[in-house]
Amino acid sequence: MKNLRPLAPILLSSLLAGTADSQTTLSQQSPAAPAAGSKTVKLCDNKTTVEVPNDAPKTRAEGQKISDALMAQWREANPKSNWEQAEVEAHQVVRPSDNSKLIGTGQSATYGVVTPQDVQVWQNETYKVALYGSTVFHSGDELGSEIAVSCDMCHPRAANTHPESYPKFQPQLGRVALLRDMINWCIEHPVRGKVLGPDDPKMRALEAYIIAQRKGVPLDYGKR
Amino acid sequence: MKENGKIPHIKSVETRHLEERESLFRGLKQLDRRTFLRVSTGAAAAAAAAGVSNHLHSFLPVNVAYADGAGGGSKGFTFAYISDSHLYVKKTNERFVRQLLRAVDDINRLDPQPDFVLYGGDLAQLGRREELDLGAQILRSIKAPVRMMVGEHDWYFDMGERWNALFGSQTYSFDHKGIHFVVLMSVVEKDFWSARGMSPAERMRTVAGLDNAVQSAFEVGAPQREWLRKDLEKVPTSTPLIVFSHSPLYKLYRPWNFWTDDAEEVQAILQRFDRVTVLHGHTHQVLTNRIGNIQFHGMLSTAWPWPYAPQGLPALTVQMNRPNPFDSNDGLGDGSVAVHPDGLVDKLYNLWNRNPMQVRAGYLSSGGKSDIPVAPTLASY
Repeated sequence: MKNLRPLAPILLSSLLAGTADSQTTLSQQSPAAPAAGSKTVKLCDNKTTVEVPNDAPKTRAEGQKISDALMAQWREANPKSNWEQAEVEAHQVVRPSDNSKLIGTGQSATYGVVTPQDVQVWQNETYKVALYGSTVFHSGDELGSEIAVSCDMCHPRAANTHPESYPKFQPQLGRVALLRDMINWCIEHPVRGKVLGPDDPKMRALEAYIIAQRKGVPLDYGKR
Repeated sequence: MKENGKIPHIKSVETRHLEERESLFRGLKQLDRRTFLRVSTGAAAAAAAAGVSNHLHSFLPVNVAYADGAGGGSKGFTFAYISDSHLYVKKTNERFVRQLLRAVDDINRLDPQPDFVLYGGDLAQLGRREELDLGAQILRSIKAPVRMMVGEHDWYFDMGERWNALFGSQTYSFDHKGIHFVVLMSVVEKDFWSARGMSPAERMRTVAGLDNAVQSAFEVGAPQREWLRKDLEKVPTSTPLIVFSHSPLYKLYRPWNFWTDDAEEVQAILQRFDRVTVLHGHTHQVLTNRIGNIQFHGMLSTAWPWPYAPQGLPALTVQMNRPNPFDSNDGLGDGSVAVHPDGLVDKLYNLWNRNPMQVRAGYLSSGGKSDIPVAPTLASY
């Protein structure tokens, strides 16, 4: 037990040497009762388990094997758990403005003094919406495309989406178009997907991503 | 105007314009220089009278090239190209299939027929057997002989197995009317998939994303460079060289693989020749460059246009007009290449639903000082 202890707080909610209570829970969840001479180890999601022989050596290496086996199972059951990191790596979404120079400032009025945590939360929450937008932008399935077409096929990294040029008169539509009107036009026609409501989380995320990729470009509404 | 007592058949201004232009093109190819000049002046006047004077700049120079080539006798020739069709199977996406068929019709209607047709790579979208088979079936209806080049979308599902079975080797050379042609597989990627435990489908999807940063840079690679060196050993430097590569054989913009990582090494092998032209696909746009004695031309796609890269655009590139998103075929097309007797080429971009654009050898040879193509009204943002 001593050698397994460093892993316990991270991964293992209970080792089945414990109380009668946890015994009952486990036997209800496991399709087969633990084989004689082994114990069931459970992950902190309270679902994923592995069988560990009672006579397994109590070393750090063995402990690592158990945790690796549990995490491998969990990752397989939750393939999108890592979507934010995967999206950053694949599509390199531009990060939002860095507000860290505000840390420690403030008039102690409405917001009080800005803390590093504030800056982190602003950054993370904003970035996450743009990242989600990137996943939608790059996926015909997310867009509901009937012909396996996604936005990035004509607009790699949102190039030539020019959000800074809206609103502008769009002769083909006979009216002034906002960015979201053009997003929806593209979804309906080239992509052949499902038109999104103006407040649909996917629409909000697509706008966020497209604007994120043009960070730093001056607004110039009406530009052709 | 009456046909069988029914409503007269009325042709739109656009149809009439396109018909007139096409018959003009056809006729001109059979003319000698003097007659050509007379006819073209007449045509220009007629076109101006018909109120299409704004089109003159873009279509007259196309014909002058023919006159120049024809003036020296009949040693020059043309070949045509189709590229980047990105086919899914028909039940997934019929639009891309229709667009490839449109290009095949274009090429089959050329009169006289080109000596051969280059297919510029990315026949399939996800490298599936069914996609490649469908593409091969469609390309079989081309009347002229077809020369194939491979693209990354054809390769990274089964690592070329089906493509090779259908079309043979991806690296080869041939001689035609005094020109030495070389076809390269320039989209070799370093193994990014094994360490990540990717399935063939995941590997293909990663490569299929132009802006996916997980993949590696394209390269020709050492074994092919060695093959190229050997292939060119016996070719005299005075022989004009035309090289086909899917990616541009220079470094334009790495994030979209508008790029070949060992471009300098490949260029070094080509530098000793007097006249070299490289034709590439992948970029889906009018793209022009010159490095030393090497002239580079892009090819149009039949599937979708790409925007111009935000950085690295060669100074000699005159952009094509920004594609209109309301016209699903705008910015697409096919084209042909008129090879002069000296081995340099005039590159014609046959843009669908627009006037064609031609980039002439003289434009590149003069470093952009003469034969300048018409500038776009709406360039890239």
